[in-house]
Amino acid sequence: MHIATFTERPYSHVPEEEVIRNASFFGVSNKFLDPVKAGALFNRYLDEKLYAEELGFDGVMLNEHHANPFTLGAVMDVEAAILARITRRVKISLMGNPLPVADPLRLAEELATIDMISGGRLVTGWVRGAGCEQIANNINPTYNRERFDEAHDFILQAWTREGPWRYEGKHYEYRHVNPWVKPIQKPFPQTWIPSLVSPETAVFAARNRYSYMALATFLPPTMEMWNLYADTAAAEGYQAGPECFGYLQKIVCADTEEEAQELGRNYVYGGGQPAFARPEWMFPAGYNSKAATRRLAYALSDPETNEAVVSGKHSSSGVDVEATRRYNNEVLYANLQRNRQVIAGTPETVLPKIRHILETLRPGIFSIWHIEGGSTTHQQSMRSMRLLAEHVLPQMREWAKELDLPGPDEVSPGSRKLPPSGQRDPVCDPGAQAA
Amino acid sequence: MAKVGWKQKTIDIGGAELGYLRAGKGKPVLIFHEELGNPGWFHWQRELAEKYQLILPLHPGFGVSPRRDWIRTVGDLANFYAQVLVKQGWEGADVIGFSFGGWIAAEMAAQNPGQFGSLTLVAPLGIKPRQGAIRDLFAAPTEDYLAASVRDPEDTPEFGQLFGGALTPEQFELFQDATAEAGRLAWQPYMNNPALRNRLGLVRNLPTLIIWGEEDAIVPVSAAADYQQAIRGARLALFKNCGHRPELEQTKEFLKKIKRHLS
Repeated sequence: MHIATFTERPYSHVPEEEVIRNASFFGVSNKFLDPVKAGALFNRYLDEKLYAEELGFDGVMLNEHHANPFTLGAVMDVEAAILARITRRVKISLMGNPLPVADPLRLAEELATIDMISGGRLVTGWVRGAGCEQIANNINPTYNRERFDEAHDFILQAWTREGPWRYEGKHYEYRHVNPWVKPIQKPFPQTWIPSLVSPETAVFAARNRYSYMALATFLPPTMEMWNLYADTAAAEGYQAGPECFGYLQKIVCADTEEEAQELGRNYVYGGGQPAFARPEWMFPAGYNSKAATRRLAYALSDPETNEAVVSGKHSSSGVDVEATRRYNNEVLYANLQRNRQVIAGTPETVLPKIRHILETLRPGIFSIWHIEGGSTTHQQSMRSMRLLAEHVLPQMREWAKELDLPGPDEVSPGSRKLPPSGQRDPVCDPGAQAA
Repeated sequence: MAKVGWKQKTIDIGGAELGYLRAGKGKPVLIFHEELGNPGWFHWQRELAEKYQLILPLHPGFGVSPRRDWIRTVGDLANFYAQVLVKQGWEGADVIGFSFGGWIAAEMAAQNPGQFGSLTLVAPLGIKPRQGAIRDLFAAPTEDYLAASVRDPEDTPEFGQLFGGALTPEQFELFQDATAEAGRLAWQPYMNNPALRNRLGLVRNLPTLIIWGEEDAIVPVSAAADYQQAIRGARLALFKNCGHRPELEQTKEFLKKIKRHLS
């Protein structure tokens, strides 16, 4: 099993009331950003990645968001390049590069550079990017899927075809493709595809024999996607195994239960992940397929009156900041723990919950979304990681052996043969979920 | 909703369907609808339909007529409609275009001014205003854009009938289709063609009326003068205390201008 560590790298000094009033991290004015404090945070997050390597984690995972205090890392490849130099052993996984908003040739060059400097430790991850990333980069949302597909095909060619050659596609054209940087890993870097349970993405990952990384999604829909992946894999002629599946989970550890509970509240600072961006920015017209748009239309309507209940209209004057803060800290935080979106406790109390996920989802990649944001201090983050590394990781590795959960470094995704019957084996255990 | 006077028709253009609405009898008047889709059936149309045959094509990709992938700009769409006019024998028709539809009509006039009998542009998109900016359809929910399209919804009798008057799941989907397609064609440069001003230099002897509300919060009225200068002989009617929908905000005055122009 590959065990990684992740944080969103937030601008934790963003005033909480501004996020609540805006009902969204995206859209809060950057007048609240102090570059000196942000610079210190970047360095702190890099230090924490170094510490993760020292503690024995197998990988460090980054992501990218634009124009958003939820994540400072708008230019993730720059951070990855630094990590390529300052770490020695860990995999550097990028979850992921939003292809439609990138210049694909430039991206191919950046990622090849990172793979070379790191000695072949890069894990690439391709994403469409949330709706707000299209808006922040002024990329036409109606061409999101086309641009994703075309950029993906182009980058693989740029890494594998001998140049110079000429490319003329629908959305990109290059008259001279001949990058003098190439990945060390052949034919191209290991790839995991991050996803928020989108069926198209599960199928895309399975067809390309990429691992599929579920980003802290609920267990039942996650299992649905893994079954879809495994069915697609079977149709492609291979058996999916744990090496094909990764899971991201928020886990915070402290020396006492009370301390962990208090620390865990930072996951709901400003409303946490659910307050990432308002619906009109998450789903700009044309970003989703027609089927997904129809689902959204009905999901947001009152079945009795047939009228929209969530109109998307937002007025900051109507927001009760204190009431929202209380709701986040009490109701939202309790809900997130009840449905295991957040695991907070001492090593003894978090372990059974992790065991439950391992048994149910059977992932070969497990990434710990460690505590961040709000009032979390560097010392608290480091302590949580240390407790995890000393008391939780060794047990997880034992369990991974017992449950036979190899990561993609141990078994290459797509290399398992289907059983002689031609019927695929199960890839997850819903029974464990029920228990 | 008031009694709807439209009859929906479907024609085959280049192997794919194009839907259009028809009302009334007489000389054909083409109506090009706006970026949010076809807004409905209103008093001004009822009155014009007594004397003219109104034809309102449902733009490809806006939810009813299927999208045509080859159409990637408003100029492409203008060429498509020129082909429709030839096929249907609608050449020489008078045309009225609203907002996005006004931009289509202006592009068509710039490509071939002879295809119209007269041109009426109501607060058209297509030229970047010198003062102010075209309202961003993608920065806020569609309902906000709709509410901003008149100076005062309370003072606009037919405002409640726009797009059926309720945000049902079906209407939500239609808004998504229409705005997605408008965005596909005009994401950048946003809702304008920097060459249009110069391209309109081809227009000669085309009776042109430009109507604009002085308090338009969608397309700033500063673009009106540019349109007037670009189209030789164009007349400009500015409506005081009026937003982006003069046809609904000041229906009587709007009809007076239109009727005089069409005759």
